[in-house]
Amino acid sequence: MNMQTAITMTAAETALVDAYTAQIGELPGEGAVLSARDTLLADLKKQGLPTRRVESWHYTDLRALLRSVPDFDPTSFAEKVDPLVPGSSVLAVLNGKADTKNLPAGVNVRSYAESLIDGVAAADLVERDQDDAIGRINGSFVRDGFEIEVPEGTELEQPLELQLVQSAGQSHSRFPVTFGANSKATVIERHLSVSDAASLVTVVSDLILDDGAEITWIILQQQGASDSHLAQVNFDLGTNAKLRLFIINAGGKLVRQEVHGVTTGEGADFKLRGINLLGGETHTDVTFTLGHDVPNTTSTEILRNVLFDRAKGVFQGQIRVAPDAQKTDAKMACNTLLLSDDADFSAKPELEIFADDVQCGHGATVIDINPTHLYYLRARGIPENKARAMLVNAFVDEIVEELEHEGLIETLETIIAAWLEKHA
Amino acid sequence: MLEIRNLHARIAEDGTEIIRGLNLTVKAGEVAAIMGPNGSGKSTLSYILSGRSDYEVTEGDILYNGESILELDPSERAAKGIFLAFQYPVEIPGVATMQFLKVALNEQRKFRGEAELSTPDFIRRVKEAAAQLQINPDMLKRPLNVGFSGGEKKRAEILQMALLEPKLCILDETDSGLDIDALKIVAEGVNALRSPDRAVIVITHYQRLLEYIVPDTVHVLYKGQVIKSGDKSLALDLEANGYADIIDAAA
Repeated sequence: MNMQTAITMTAAETALVDAYTAQIGELPGEGAVLSARDTLLADLKKQGLPTRRVESWHYTDLRALLRSVPDFDPTSFAEKVDPLVPGSSVLAVLNGKADTKNLPAGVNVRSYAESLIDGVAAADLVERDQDDAIGRINGSFVRDGFEIEVPEGTELEQPLELQLVQSAGQSHSRFPVTFGANSKATVIERHLSVSDAASLVTVVSDLILDDGAEITWIILQQQGASDSHLAQVNFDLGTNAKLRLFIINAGGKLVRQEVHGVTTGEGADFKLRGINLLGGETHTDVTFTLGHDVPNTTSTEILRNVLFDRAKGVFQGQIRVAPDAQKTDAKMACNTLLLSDDADFSAKPELEIFADDVQCGHGATVIDINPTHLYYLRARGIPENKARAMLVNAFVDEIVEELEHEGLIETLETIIAAWLEKHA
Repeated sequence: MLEIRNLHARIAEDGTEIIRGLNLTVKAGEVAAIMGPNGSGKSTLSYILSGRSDYEVTEGDILYNGESILELDPSERAAKGIFLAFQYPVEIPGVATMQFLKVALNEQRKFRGEAELSTPDFIRRVKEAAAQLQINPDMLKRPLNVGFSGGEKKRAEILQMALLEPKLCILDETDSGLDIDALKIVAEGVNALRSPDRAVIVITHYQRLLEYIVPDTVHVLYKGQVIKSGDKSLALDLEANGYADIIDAAA
């Protein structure tokens, strides 16, 4: 025994460390990949899961909230489902394993397992920073995913759906995606749970948008009520690149969705649109950081949160404007509809501005349903529950309507309406 | 059809009594006009009939087809056929007008145990009713009442009324903010709904609307009571001489 005070590991921490020992022989990759994994796991073991004392985890004390971690379950079975939008190309990851049959044409795709095996992936398996618990867990255990390249000038007519279906156990996936110059695409990152068993799902997507690429990336998270979902999207926007990131959280018990981006080319534009539909006992956190690193880049962020029951929600949004990033235009808004006295939402907007000629703003509101609106609908014969659902729907629908794809709008509206009907 | 007996009601929040012993009977097939100076309780009466929770009834009763409606919530009253055309229709961003109309229509049908309308059938009905009221179909693509002019909002109210086919229609100052052409269109829309099994209550300040929607009875409301009732000539009399004589006579 040494004299150093050892931190007592929590059940979840112990389970992760033990799982690593048990699983490492099964995980793809050797050499540099293996040593990158070892390093990440060693850091995880040393630092433990982040607590509220870590600033970026202040509202989501992962150490306290992640009570347990399900065992890896190699026997569990998950099947591909129909795509959200008919006609989409589907890249499925079923219980953490990429389905490499029928890969779509028009894009260059290979499974991430291949990238782990040939060692290319080693460069990805690093921490963003000291507090990157998601990168650490995902990098230690990552087993598969897809490496995707949309070639320069390619315009994908139909959406590309990354379909992650989970039935039980754990899965850790990664998606490095390069969008070539002037390419256009809509990608749907869809998380589904097909059983009531608890799962732990981590996913890291690294997006590079070359000059002039115009991309819509939609994250639709519909995991089960006992699932933990730890996700991270990192992006880098080149000159005149446009990324619209649309996040819908409509499931999961413990959810942390991180978004970290930088604009590295002038004229780049970023839009974040988020809908958090939170009910039951969920704790859902969307944490966003954006570095406007060069002049003349723009961003807008709009979050609409709806909370029922004992749900807890968090939005942290940090916009940094570098000293020479003049003419940055950034606007952030976080609007919350709190529909239960036991629900709770924390919003923490932050602006760090080091340039003097910029337009930056943020606002956060918490509201209840407008009683006059409710009365008007009821006076037309619409029962109170239905009228409430319509008004809540209206609150979030405004940003769904921004998507230009008719079929996608309709599908998302149906999902949102069904969720609200179930929880109202 | 409607019988209001010794109704007393107050504002729920501060207890201010607005309706003080009001009696009124409106028969099926009748068009009743309610007139009265500002603050006499006209709009409050319309809200109470629709079931708005900002007001509480402290005494008396409201019978609709012989049954008390005091315990019914606004949507139940609406489904039973009571319709209030609002003086100030509410703008609701994010709720599409067509979707609203469809939900309202089908929820009422559901309440009454009728089958829901098919979408083509629904659209056909809306188009017909909109054409009659000279409503531009583009208006129906917008969110409910959002960006509508004052006149458009009033016409949209009458459109809702035409589609929902209520039995008791209450028009709360439907003429306010309407120019003469719009007034005629709205009045025609109301007149088209007149039928032996339907009653209409027209709340107005002015005789003008009553030239187009000719009432069977006219009631003067003052300080929360009906102080005089008569036929359409009473409205003309009020227009000529004002409320002072009637108020004095009632005092």
